[in-house]
Amino acid sequence: MDFQVVVLAGGSSKKLLPLVSKDVPKSLLPVANRPVLSYVLELLEQSNLKDLIVVVEGEDTDGLIENWISEAYVDRLHVQVAAVPEEVGTAGALRAITHHLTASDILVVSGDLVCDISPGAVAAAHRRHDAVVTAMFCSVPVTGPPESGSSGGKDKTKKPGCYNIVGLDLTEQFLLYIAAGMEVEKDIKVQKSILSAVGKMEIRADLMDAHLYAFKRSVLQEVLNQKQTFRSLKQDVLPYLVKTQLRSEILLNGAQAEENGNEKDAFSNNKVMLSQLLANASTPSFHELYALGPNGFAPAERKIHKCCVYLASKSKYCARLNSIQAFSDINRDVIGDASHISGCSFSVHNNVIHPSAVLGSKTTVGPQCMLGEGSQMGDKCSVKRSVIGRHCRIGSNVKVVNSVIMNHVTIGDGCSIQGSVISSNVQLQERAVLKDCQIGAGFVVTAGSEYKGESLARK
Amino acid sequence: MEPRRAPRIVIDPKVRQVGFFAPPDRSQSVPLHQNSNSPSSPPLSDLSPSGNSLSPVMIPPPRHLSDLSSRAVPVGFPPNRLLSPLQRFSGESVIPVGSYNPSEFASPSVGDFFEDKNARSPGPRRRSGVGGSGKFASSLPAGGFELPPEVKPKRLTTVSVVSNLQPNVNEKVGEQSIDNQDGRGANSKPLKEKTSKAERRALQEAQRAAKAAAKAEGNAGSGVANSVNAKTGKASKAPVQKKDNASVAASEKRGGERVTDKDRKKDVPHPRMQFDDTSRVEKAKKRAVVKQTEVRNRVELFRHLPQYEHGTRLPDLEKKFFRLNSVHPAVYKVGLRYLAGDISGGNARCIAMLQAFQESIMEYSSPKEKALNRDLTAKLNSYVSFLIECRPLSISMGNAIKFVKSRIANLPLTLSESEAKTNLLSEINKFINEKIILADKVIVQHAVTKVRDGDVLLTYGSSSAVEMILLHAHELGKKFRVVIVDARPKLEGRLLLRRLLGKGISCTYIHLNGVSYIMGQVTRVFLGASSVLANGTVYSRVGTACVAMVANACGVPVIVCCEAYKFHERVQLDSICCNELGDSDAILKVQGREEINDLKDIANDENLQVLNLTYDATPSDYVSMIITDYGMIPPTSVPVIVREFRKDQILI
Repeated sequence: MDFQVVVLAGGSSKKLLPLVSKDVPKSLLPVANRPVLSYVLELLEQSNLKDLIVVVEGEDTDGLIENWISEAYVDRLHVQVAAVPEEVGTAGALRAITHHLTASDILVVSGDLVCDISPGAVAAAHRRHDAVVTAMFCSVPVTGPPESGSSGGKDKTKKPGCYNIVGLDLTEQFLLYIAAGMEVEKDIKVQKSILSAVGKMEIRADLMDAHLYAFKRSVLQEVLNQKQTFRSLKQDVLPYLVKTQLRSEILLNGAQAEENGNEKDAFSNNKVMLSQLLANASTPSFHELYALGPNGFAPAERKIHKCCVYLASKSKYCARLNSIQAFSDINRDVIGDASHISGCSFSVHNNVIHPSAVLGSKTTVGPQCMLGEGSQMGDKCSVKRSVIGRHCRIGSNVKVVNSVIMNHVTIGDGCSIQGSVISSNVQLQERAVLKDCQIGAGFVVTAGSEYKGESLARK
Repeated sequence: MEPRRAPRIVIDPKVRQVGFFAPPDRSQSVPLHQNSNSPSSPPLSDLSPSGNSLSPVMIPPPRHLSDLSSRAVPVGFPPNRLLSPLQRFSGESVIPVGSYNPSEFASPSVGDFFEDKNARSPGPRRRSGVGGSGKFASSLPAGGFELPPEVKPKRLTTVSVVSNLQPNVNEKVGEQSIDNQDGRGANSKPLKEKTSKAERRALQEAQRAAKAAAKAEGNAGSGVANSVNAKTGKASKAPVQKKDNASVAASEKRGGERVTDKDRKKDVPHPRMQFDDTSRVEKAKKRAVVKQTEVRNRVELFRHLPQYEHGTRLPDLEKKFFRLNSVHPAVYKVGLRYLAGDISGGNARCIAMLQAFQESIMEYSSPKEKALNRDLTAKLNSYVSFLIECRPLSISMGNAIKFVKSRIANLPLTLSESEAKTNLLSEINKFINEKIILADKVIVQHAVTKVRDGDVLLTYGSSSAVEMILLHAHELGKKFRVVIVDARPKLEGRLLLRRLLGKGISCTYIHLNGVSYIMGQVTRVFLGASSVLANGTVYSRVGTACVAMVANACGVPVIVCCEAYKFHERVQLDSICCNELGDSDAILKVQGREEINDLKDIANDENLQVLNLTYDATPSDYVSMIITDYGMIPPTSVPVIVREFRKDQILI
């Protein structure tokens, strides 16, 4: 369908410390015992998109991701990996691979997206409107289930700030205004020209940018070329395109001039008639009406381009792994409410226990749990709503609630873990009590210690 | 599976299509005279009955090329032809089965987490070896481009390649179906149900082949075929079972319909399917690309027309954007825009479709062992059936399709592929230019003579031809006034109004319910048409008949402007038998006025039937004159034009 896919698998995000490290870049963080990147790759695979470019930030993580992809996806996907230096931003990353982009439209997907929305829908909306950019928005996920009061404290601190102010037209097809993040408290400025062209604008704050964009390649390349200062797609490129949609002098020079040029060169009266016939027959959006001018015929041709949105329906699952809170939420959702994404078959008890896992006597694994390959649990343990990775050794009398435990973790007898994230190779000695903690890889929690709401990492 | 399917084969109605649709890799043994026979027969037989003997009540079912040819081709070939599936199967079974180790693919997604790199099984290591060897600098050169100054361009490393391209190899091995999906490439049928369907089809073909072979060669042949049967039967079950424990979710997702070219071309729906025939509707639904949920309460008389739940089809089609391999992107885009209602109007839809066809022909290359004109016709058929699912074809589009197909069929076999393609492209261009653009110009020239100073011209809706007439008359400096009559729910007249006002033409805008008043002032009525039928009936946007009737009652001449390519030899006496149903919600709801949308809550009432007709038929009595590219004619002369027009289309 003439689409090229770029997956932006960022490097190690500061927000996710201490979970991420040199050995575990963000895109390889496990969600239900699978790297988060695999969710995106599989989503694309399902949509029959098998030719991908994965852009990785940082040279050292590049190798890890390359290895992982080549192992997991050989014979399934045709993946090319490009490494870009850190801190170039999403726009910079695209700039670095810009000359590899050849298809007429580019689909840019963030590598930390976990969703079940078909990217085809976005692409189709993009094509249908002949848009310059189409962004996917989904409703902001409700963070944390109500019963997990433990993580409630975190919610309050994280929630403000991830507001997006999004202006849509009444048909919810076009993007009229976008302001990301912190600018909420300030006044927002909406362009008069857009408002008068549209008539009514719907301002919404309950939408989340899913970081799945379809760009017209020529436009994307031109913007990236001309605006060397642009670093982020979300904060620079998208707002720029949205702002200039009714006066895109600079923008479409490349793309549109070509088309217009062709038409003028041809001079054929027939062609003009033909294009007019087609134009008259299609239902015009406000863009076209504006371009026509108030009386149907503007004195000078006004150049416009369209910025579209695709609103995912509320029944779909969509989340981004961009914070520790999101990490535990997604882990919980993937084995819980949105279990169809995980690709695992759940047992009658609504949990997944690998056949090679060993459970001691009187150990219970509740619903919405996952127990990885080769893990062992002692007697009288109880696991609720948690993910336990591969080859973990868990002693007796251990309680795990609402937590994520990665691989090769050793947990001594009598530990209690609640609402925490424990990275790989961590050792928990006897009777350690953790509540709402994040523990970096290889850390050793001494016996009998008690932590609450802390983030621990090896120095 | 086998005992259940076996009796069906005997009575399978698809047998009648045998003559036309040869299996994809048919060998040279396909009878030659079949090739030489078909190009001439279908289009000709298409015409003769309607042109010669046209009784006023006869409603000849519209002919479809595929249908016709399948009827026309004698049934004498099967034994010959049916050998080929057998050959194919035996050929496939030779493919080395041992090259895949199913256990390798046991759980590729879950199994390969980064921590396990050290302890990975021999399987993944082998695969990483493949990946390693595939790790080369991509063919795109790294330097030498004009580079953005800041960031150095990046070399792409290919880390994973899809290496197994032979279709259907995996199936035989019976390994996990996720891998199945990839391995199949172009021929892909990844989904569970579809896989089994394909298998069933294969089975069926094999069985048929077995029968043919048994007839032809005696017992020896059937033995081979039976072994083939057994094999395919086993293979079909294996992936299904594995799939089940692999992933419930994935199977749901992949449940989207994907039908191969071969399937689709066999099942081109009849353009005028009767939608009250439940069994056929069910069948059509199964093969449909677009998910079609039918509206529950349909008006009694219009049960035979398709009416779908609005708002469910578009998102569903959008989802399948990347999965529809059989549909060319350009065609897909056009279909999407039909479905969304972005393009409307007979000419525009027709041009958009033809341009999409042109694009697809440009990128077309005929597979080996296949004649271009046959394969391209099949492709076109699949496109057309896709477009029909998006929105029923207009008659103009039907005529254009017929034209393209006849051109393809008449391509000389001696032409090379590129020559044939350029030939076709120029033919389509010629069609657009001559039959639509130039025709419109001629119509404008004729019609302008009917506009005098001081006239009050009435038009209904928005017709491209009428608009051009009005603009041209204005350019000539004629002084006249225009009354634009419009109607809900589409309100197409508003765009016309805007454009005419922009040119400085004085207009009156009125809704259809005020037409009896305004008709007193009007001196001429200009109407567009979707089609003109052989008995002079004008088939046009709903409301046209009403306007024409009022005009007739007031003694105002009604002039219909219609390009000759929209004429059709069918005869229609009412608006019931052939029509299109629009979205019933569009009538119930008034956009942007929430305060009067109180009908919403009773929309699902069982006693409520909402009818949103798209077209209606204006009897020829109300039409004073039809202006076509062949001149100004009375409605009674339409059959002549149809005859002449068709003749030249066939003869060229």
